[in-house]
Amino acid sequence: MNIIVCIKRVPMTQEADLEIDELEKDVKKDALPFVINDWDNYAIEEAVLLREKTGGTVTAVTIGTEEDEEILRRALAMGADKAIRIDPGDLGLDGFVTSRILAEVIKGGDYDLVLTGLQADDYNCGMVGMMLAEHLGIAHAAGVTGIEPEGREATIRVELEGGMDGVLKIRFPALMSVQTGINEPRYVSIMGIRKASKKELKVIKTGDLNLTEDDLAQRTTVEMVFLPPETEGAEIIEGDSSMVAEKIIRILAENGVSV
Amino acid sequence: MADIFVVVEHRKGEVRDITFEMLFKASELCKESSHNLTAILLGGRDSAFLDDIAPWADRVITLEDERLENYNPDLYKEILHRLIQKHHPFLTFIGHTSFGMGFAPALSVKSGYPIATDCIDILIDNGRPMVTRQIYNGKVFSKDSFRESEGYIITLRQAVCTPEKTEERRGEVFKSELPPDLPEPRQEFMEFVEAGAGEVDISQADLLVSIGRGIGEEENVATVKELADLLGGVISCSRPVVDKNWLPSYHQVGTSGKSVKPKVYLALGISGAFQHVAGIAGAGTVIAVNKDKKAPIFRVSDYGIVDDLFKVVEALKVKLSG
Ligand SMILES: Cc1cc2nc3c(=O)[nH]c(=O)nc-3n(C[C@H](O)[C@H](O)[C@H](O)COP(=O)(O)OP(=O)(O)OC[C@H]3O[C@@H](n4cnc5c(N)ncnc54)[C@H](O)[C@@H]3O)c2cc1C
Ligand SMILES: Nc1ncnc2c1ncn2[C@@H]1O[C@H](COP(=O)(O)O)[C@@H](O)[C@H]1O
Repeated sequence: MNIIVCIKRVPMTQEADLEIDELEKDVKKDALPFVINDWDNYAIEEAVLLREKTGGTVTAVTIGTEEDEEILRRALAMGADKAIRIDPGDLGLDGFVTSRILAEVIKGGDYDLVLTGLQADDYNCGMVGMMLAEHLGIAHAAGVTGIEPEGREATIRVELEGGMDGVLKIRFPALMSVQTGINEPRYVSIMGIRKASKKELKVIKTGDLNLTEDDLAQRTTVEMVFLPPETEGAEIIEGDSSMVAEKIIRILAENGVSV
Repeated sequence: MADIFVVVEHRKGEVRDITFEMLFKASELCKESSHNLTAILLGGRDSAFLDDIAPWADRVITLEDERLENYNPDLYKEILHRLIQKHHPFLTFIGHTSFGMGFAPALSVKSGYPIATDCIDILIDNGRPMVTRQIYNGKVFSKDSFRESEGYIITLRQAVCTPEKTEERRGEVFKSELPPDLPEPRQEFMEFVEAGAGEVDISQADLLVSIGRGIGEEENVATVKELADLLGGVISCSRPVVDKNWLPSYHQVGTSGKSVKPKVYLALGISGAFQHVAGIAGAGTVIAVNKDKKAPIFRVSDYGIVDDLFKVVEALKVKLSG
């Protein structure tokens, strides 16, 4: 089975004190560490596991800058066979444009399965996968937590709300967006990444693709971003740890939890 | 006067809450703009819930067929595409749920109507919708506009509003037959599988001591488990802890885990992503410990401690055993 896996490098914001940039269109990213999108890490692992079972190749693709090649090398170290970086130049990317470019590179190739993450950890859109499937004209499923291929189809699990899964049969070629927890992504060492640097990493320029102005026109635009007001919310408990602990025990008692 | 479409979401013979949340949002927009509220119900034969939906909408367009009983992304997408081509709705609401995430962006490409996903608010500005979304897992808000189009698609986040019926609508029902030339769907629904019950039922606990990715290492789970035992509480967690197999899935709180209603919820190293906090709406008092003072969890907590969770855990243990 030949598998394409689409991956993105995203800033790590969980513990960062975020600031809004001058244009008020995004946060300041210069000081943030960047990592592979968590969902995409699971997608790479799944692609490699499936290839180990069925044979074929895994190709990792990202639209990004030279710095973003870091995650392609990571994917190669995890077992991907080839990597492609599509350089967007200074093009503005929304979910539509991203999916349109990916489709142009993927279409016509010899693939059975395209994997994406369910969503990217930056803008939390969750749309590139299903859009890409429609551009390619193939079957699609979102939030996949299990894939069992059998010939030209697969039995898959799709995560629903409230701890329930749906079981579906889906025909190849198909696109599936992967949910976290589908597998246990393997550990990647620096050595592994160095070794994998011998594998093929191709760079394509968006300008060289056969795309019209309309294909590359954003369908949605961020007009402004802002931090939510800090005033609302919790009563902050201050003091040393011992005082904090005492206060927590008091709150428990006040709320009918006896300790 | 154009339509605002609301795509009804149902599962196992029941309408899901998101449907009424969308109908409520759409009815508010209709009031301002005199649009027509049209609910779209694709379901099996004799969907019992038609009567629940009708009073919320000016009309209900319903297509009934066994194949629509359980969600099928290909059929839903194709039928909605045809309805869009016929009625040119100004807005189409779909839930930002597993259901909606599986076909709404594809419908956008197919119909050429731009989409914004996971929206928490919508307003109409100069005849064009403008949406509010959360990015970076709720740490930042974003206002997004659309390229000009005849119609737009919006997926709405769950539980961002409490539906309240302020007016009765006509609810005229139009039954249509399934088009005979629908393409063969490329996927087939087999069955639902419920996650197995576990040794503990977190939804029954009075005190939940809940851990998130901030727990760092698997070894640390035991440290917090000891605290939960000392407090007579039950340990629960956010999704990454289950994804890493540090706790079994029946400990997970959130949209894809369980909804809980403890008297006190103690959140340790949990950032407060929407999918997590949706599960603690029923909690009495929420106390959050997080070293990031801007963590979204503080916006839904009663008490906050901006500190290393391990310091707080140790101090509590000392107090309780000393
Ligand atoms: C369809 C879908 C369904 C989902 N369902 C669920 C669900 O049911 N439940 C769920 O929880 N998530 C769910 N998620 C995932 C959700 O979006 C978040 O990714 C997840 O909740 C984040 O978990 P977290 O807060 O533990 O981790 P993070 O967001 O990584 O946050 C970790 C926090 O710990 C803090 N921290 C780190 N170290 C320390 C320390 N030593 N002391 C104190 N604080 C510290 C950090 O400041 C940070 O705020 C779902 C996602 C999707 C797309
Ligand atoms: N720039 C990109 N390059 C390659 N794949 C991407 C890119 N952006 C998004 N994706 C893929 O689309 C998924 C969903 O992203 P999003 O729709 O932005 O939330 C990600 O998990 C990736 O698999």
